[in-house]
Amino acid sequence: MVNLRNLKKGSRLADRDTSYRKKRLDRGIKVRADTLFAISSHREIFYLLLPRVVPVVALLVLPLLLTGYWGKVLVFACMYGLLALSWDFLASCGLFSLGQALFFGFGAYVAGILSYYLHWTPAITLPIATLVGGLLSAAFLCPVVRLRGVYFAMVTLMLPMLLMKMIETTELVGGGHGLSALAPFHNEWIARYLAVVAFLACLFGFRRLINEDYGLVLKAIRDDDRAVMSAAINIYWRKIQALFIAGAVGSFAGAFMTHHYQFVGMSAFALDYSILPIAAAALGGPGTFAGAALGSMILVPLSESLRALGGLRIALYCIILIASVIVLPEGIFHYMERKYHQFEKLVKVG
Amino acid sequence: MKAEPILKVENLTKHFGGVTAVLNVSFELRQGEFLGIIGPNGSGKTTLVNLITGFVKPDSGRVTYSGKNITGKMPYTIAGHGISRTFQMVRLFYNLPAFKNLIIPLSSPRVKKLRGGEYGERDDVAVDLLDDMGFERDSFVPYKMAGSLPHGYLKRLDLARAMALRPNLLILDELFSGMAMSEVASTLPLIEKFNAEGITVIMIEHRLRELFRVVDRIFVLNFGEKIAEGVPQEVMNSDAVKKAYLGSEVEEI
Repeated sequence: MVNLRNLKKGSRLADRDTSYRKKRLDRGIKVRADTLFAISSHREIFYLLLPRVVPVVALLVLPLLLTGYWGKVLVFACMYGLLALSWDFLASCGLFSLGQALFFGFGAYVAGILSYYLHWTPAITLPIATLVGGLLSAAFLCPVVRLRGVYFAMVTLMLPMLLMKMIETTELVGGGHGLSALAPFHNEWIARYLAVVAFLACLFGFRRLINEDYGLVLKAIRDDDRAVMSAAINIYWRKIQALFIAGAVGSFAGAFMTHHYQFVGMSAFALDYSILPIAAAALGGPGTFAGAALGSMILVPLSESLRALGGLRIALYCIILIASVIVLPEGIFHYMERKYHQFEKLVKVG
Repeated sequence: MKAEPILKVENLTKHFGGVTAVLNVSFELRQGEFLGIIGPNGSGKTTLVNLITGFVKPDSGRVTYSGKNITGKMPYTIAGHGISRTFQMVRLFYNLPAFKNLIIPLSSPRVKKLRGGEYGERDDVAVDLLDDMGFERDSFVPYKMAGSLPHGYLKRLDLARAMALRPNLLILDELFSGMAMSEVASTLPLIEKFNAEGITVIMIEHRLRELFRVVDRIFVLNFGEKIAEGVPQEVMNSDAVKKAYLGSEVEEI
């Protein structure tokens, strides 16, 4: 962060001495559009890099510092983060999902089945579960890509419940007892860093993708799908692709948690996995991916640290969520971003 | 000696519940022709456009475009054949910068094929196109969020979006509504230029003076039916048109 005390001192100086004026740091860097930068000095490079490098370094160092319980919480936060990113990705192309648990459950069960019946190691099950989970998600939701808004959301809310009941009643793939004693990760460190790196890769990958032409089309579908259609683009096929990408990300999280717990059960389709990611995205600020990531990094540790309160935990958790939505409806990330761009420096006039 | 019609509409009919929006409309359009469609409000002009471009499925009838039957096809398939349209209520991507709005059609399979799979400098193509439409390249306008632009610019952005698809047939649905006189005056020559370059144009318009100056032929819709067709002067002198459309309005003026 830029030194706030110096800034305050500086602004007083600008009030007194008319040969100085205040200038926003981002002016001059931004050229015309928000996405075009013209960098002319090391300070400006620093200004732009700081908010990007700090979280990356922090996330790469944290697994070394946190051991035991809080190390597990970090992994958990990364997995919820992946679900939140996947939600934000779908939302940015106009598909509002209430069923992230569907993606999570697909991945969890594919990995679980491969591990339980075929005794495959996580190194094989993870990539397969990611791909197959993505395909299953796209296949299950492709009949409803023509639905929009709340209708699409309703279907996504139903599907995980449907699959849960199916597993319970048919007693297939472990039924109500689930599949246990699955292969763990060989090395705890590899697992931790896999979680963190996957989370970071997804975050920056999505941020990149959404500003490429491919992502622009997805954003345009959210703005006005008829205008995209009249630009000769098959929006349904694009939506199915988006579902595959989001589904694969969610499935990776599910598969990871299966091996992490060495167990998969119906709880993989639980409502928690649908709701918490949305809460994280809402808290952090939807539409930027960074917001969703930040939100899950705040919410998951918060919910863990409230665990000592017992039953009150959920109540307090809800209060924090409601308060954040009322006080900061734009989300924490948007707020921080705005403030960061408003930092001023003193420029000598003349 | 006449060339094969590029667009052939036969007996197109559409009912919405009990309301007949379009009834038995047939017309033909030759390559490079400039056709105007006029009619009172609610006469089915926009529905006709929606039927041709696939946004609304017809109850009966047939639309043929350069020999291909496109009746009831998906809008993106029809657009892919080279029929591009603007919307009466502009439909744009308000959360994207104006020039990024054109990236959507520019990255469509159709334009990729026309450009021979050529990639890159699409931003330049977009800014060039906008520059032609009066979004000066060196000003801030093309780079602003579309949602922050005034209405006249939005209309022209919609036209630019339609043109970015490199259409053979351009359908303009009340492009000039809500535009200032000066904007109309600068946009009309552009459309004439597109037409002169060989693009077939269908123009729906309430501003008759401007319309008559540019079109080769017009037809008049009233309650979903075609009541007259021909060169502007003939059509405007026909009794049916005077009664249905102009008569009342002229008296009011």
